[in-house]
Amino acid sequence: MRAVGLLLALVMLVLVALASIAIGAKELSLGQVWHGLFEDSGTYGDVVVAERLSRTVLGLLAGAALGLAGAVLQALTRNPLADPGLLGINAGASAAVVTAVTFLGVTSLSGYVWFAFFGAAAVGALVWFLGGSRGATPVRLALAGTAISAALYGYLQAVMIMDDAALGKMRFWTVGSLSAANDSTIRQVLPFLLAGMVLALALSRPLNAMAMGDDTAKALGANLNRTRALSMLAATVLCGAATAACGPIVFVGLMVPHVVRSFTGPDLRWILPYAAILSPVLLLGADVIGRMVARPAELQVGIVTAILGGPAFIYLVRRRRTAQL
Amino acid sequence: MSKNRRSTVNRLSAENVTLAYDQRVIAEQLSVEIPDNSFTVIVGPNACGKSTLLRALSRMLKPSEGRVVLDGQTIQSMPAKKVARTLGLLPQSSIAPDGITVGDLVGRGRYPHQGILRQWSTEDERVVQESMRQTGVAELADRYVDELSGGQRQRVWIAMALAQQTPLLLLDEPTTFLDIQHQIDVLDLCAELHEEQGRTLVAVLHDLNHAARYATHLIALREGRIIAEGAPKDIVTAGLVEEVFGLRCQVIDDPETGTPLVVPAARKARVGAGTGAGKAAATEAS
Amino acid sequence: MKTTNRAVRTPGGLSVRLDVRAFTVVLLLLVAALAASVVLIGTGDFPIPAADVLRTLFGEGNAGQEFIVNELRLPRVLVGLLVGASLGLGGALFQSISRNPLGSPDVLGLGQGATAGALTMIVLFSGSANQVALGALVGGLVTGLAIYVLAWKRGVHGYRLVLVGIGVSAIVTAVNGYLLTKSDIVDAARAVVWMTGSLDGRDWAQVWPLLGLCAVLVPLVLSNARGLRMMEMGDDVSYALGVRVERVRLLLMVAAVLLTASATAAAGPVSFVALTAPQLARRLTRAPGPNLPASLCMGAALLVVADWLSQRAFGAEQLPVGVVTGVLGGAYLLWLLVTERKAGRI
Repeated sequence: MRAVGLLLALVMLVLVALASIAIGAKELSLGQVWHGLFEDSGTYGDVVVAERLSRTVLGLLAGAALGLAGAVLQALTRNPLADPGLLGINAGASAAVVTAVTFLGVTSLSGYVWFAFFGAAAVGALVWFLGGSRGATPVRLALAGTAISAALYGYLQAVMIMDDAALGKMRFWTVGSLSAANDSTIRQVLPFLLAGMVLALALSRPLNAMAMGDDTAKALGANLNRTRALSMLAATVLCGAATAACGPIVFVGLMVPHVVRSFTGPDLRWILPYAAILSPVLLLGADVIGRMVARPAELQVGIVTAILGGPAFIYLVRRRRTAQL
Repeated sequence: MSKNRRSTVNRLSAENVTLAYDQRVIAEQLSVEIPDNSFTVIVGPNACGKSTLLRALSRMLKPSEGRVVLDGQTIQSMPAKKVARTLGLLPQSSIAPDGITVGDLVGRGRYPHQGILRQWSTEDERVVQESMRQTGVAELADRYVDELSGGQRQRVWIAMALAQQTPLLLLDEPTTFLDIQHQIDVLDLCAELHEEQGRTLVAVLHDLNHAARYATHLIALREGRIIAEGAPKDIVTAGLVEEVFGLRCQVIDDPETGTPLVVPAARKARVGAGTGAGKAAATEAS
Repeated sequence: MKTTNRAVRTPGGLSVRLDVRAFTVVLLLLVAALAASVVLIGTGDFPIPAADVLRTLFGEGNAGQEFIVNELRLPRVLVGLLVGASLGLGGALFQSISRNPLGSPDVLGLGQGATAGALTMIVLFSGSANQVALGALVGGLVTGLAIYVLAWKRGVHGYRLVLVGIGVSAIVTAVNGYLLTKSDIVDAARAVVWMTGSLDGRDWAQVWPLLGLCAVLVPLVLSNARGLRMMEMGDDVSYALGVRVERVRLLLMVAAVLLTASATAAAGPVSFVALTAPQLARRLTRAPGPNLPASLCMGAALLVVADWLSQRAFGAEQLPVGVVTGVLGGAYLLWLLVTERKAGRI
């Protein structure tokens, strides 16, 4: 049953990916899409397809990365409200990238991927240390993440005031968008994303054990510290790489694991693959929506996911009983 | 027997109340009379609605139908401070603010007697001292509440409720999370308040034996309905315990006080009896 | 430490209770805020000694000084004092209502909401300074209302308020990001300066509305402070003591939102004052409870000192005051997170 569902999810992914190639400022027919994908002869339509293809591929990768990172973080913190964006990991990556661009003269993506990782890792560790290490309640984690994000966004603003060039560049980067995608971007983040995805999927079993509480997990023979460290590593690599390539995108990692859990149950061996497939469906879907509502301009995907995800988050908060918060 | 009572007799009563959280109905058409000058204890299995009933009696929860009557008036329509001078509540969910001292916390119980231009009278001072003395926390007055043990802290909260100086005092599971000696401590204190000061006490208790020993009036609740009420001696029987809790037991005389003492039947006897207990448990779960 | 409460009683049965330490702290903070204001008025391209500033304020200065002090610098300092006081008081109210030291209006998205209103004016309508302020006010009020309505579910529970605020904040942040990308670079630069918070060029036109609002709201808030003190012990306890919990909470939240939104409208979302002022105040008074007057004075003092720092530290081409509060506040926040974590209070 769950395997069939997985197949269905894959079909959805293919459909959304095709839509993502076909829909945009210039509308393409499915025939044109086919032509561009498999019989590329350099027509205008083919060029458009090639451009949208890299954008779509990046969306696929980044979406899967964010979904997996969210699912891993939620399992690790035993907290259904954990999300790389809310935990400040995105803000950490942003601050590091802004620093690299403004003060260190780094311009290439390959250069600032490392900064994004460093920023994501530093904030991830800090939030974990401040809010999570002793009994991570949703409020503690969310507050620690939000507070650190607030501080980092203050820093971002200060940089942007002092440097018009940085403002010109960063105001687009900090909303999260797929529009800057090209083949070299993808090639640079691909190894990190793949490594992170493999690591995340491999963690499903130990994380399953941890879901029942530290003591139970210990009694079951799980190595808590190793699982925690590897989970944070996986989440950081995935978020850092996705953020470096697309800018900060919130709520994808929060929503998808939730939806998935409602029909897979709590088993991470199913949650993780589902999240890896359905998150890009959401991200690409949001991207397509962003291209459709503001034609011929577009709404950045980070904005669409926040506008879709914010209400979902509030709904989840309201549904929980106060004792669980 | 509980249908045709008149609310004019006692100070606090509930008349045909329906209690619900959102859509979830806890009790329907429930009528309860709290006898004046009694130490009333409400008992029942988990989720039978005993805390909900206490919340309704203390106007924390507004009944969706029916009304709670205090001194002949619907409690919801009375001024908040006036109610607070007549009826006190010690809820389970209380928070001691950071860095507050015992004296300060107990003093906050005087709130309903104060106003903007009457913030701290000599009467307030006297009542706070008196309340702390009665609960045995007077020597802790300058200590921080965070530093106290669980039993001491519960005494401080009771002192705060006492400082409110209400003839009626409601306590929601005042012995939860306490060691056995502190449980007895708190119950002794309640009995003292009842006997020596003539206050009417209403408490929700978990332990049936504690209830039977200390209560003067017992209300047994199951699924939002009163199964029996009256003096523990008159109503606590093996049949009642099985009906309310789904537990086979013997009821003997407490060798210390002569009140009823519930002794659960041995495992073999209960398993041997088979379906009786199991069925009761199943109905409770539904 | 012994409690420092003293009661003052009159023969007629009236009595007032004073925490001596808290009272002293309030007085000292007030003096500090006023002293810093005098220094700040004397600071600038044309420095004026403190004695001359005082003389001018009392109407005995020379014409040149009179113009600089009364027309240019005094209104700016007054806006600073009022904004700081409003933010300090608003922050203390929110932190007490949410029962969380981090539940300040900036974290809950009020600042973001006001920013959205202001950005709408700047980016979509290229509005004047007054229109921007109006936009910020409306944005802040709408956001505050949205948070309250969304967090309402048989009452507003502290944690739900915080989390809903964080969700709303994320949405509004995205909207702000969108508005920023829509704008041309000139508007964007203006928007970013506004978003940092600045007292530059503030004049009497900002002073009067703020002063009027504070004159109404501050007494209203302080007269409900006793109920708020009771509410720190949990809704049930305070309800049992006769506090009308939801009414007091709604009233004080409306007041806090108004204070924060109008302060933001006047000076932009100056970061961290609302978060830090109540915490610093509480550490000085060492009293439990919302410490409203101390937070108010602390906020005013903080903002004026930060403005002075931003002018002194960066010379003539000064940074907006928001950068200074941001840097100081960020550092303090980290320290707060560490210590509160140790105490297990977050």
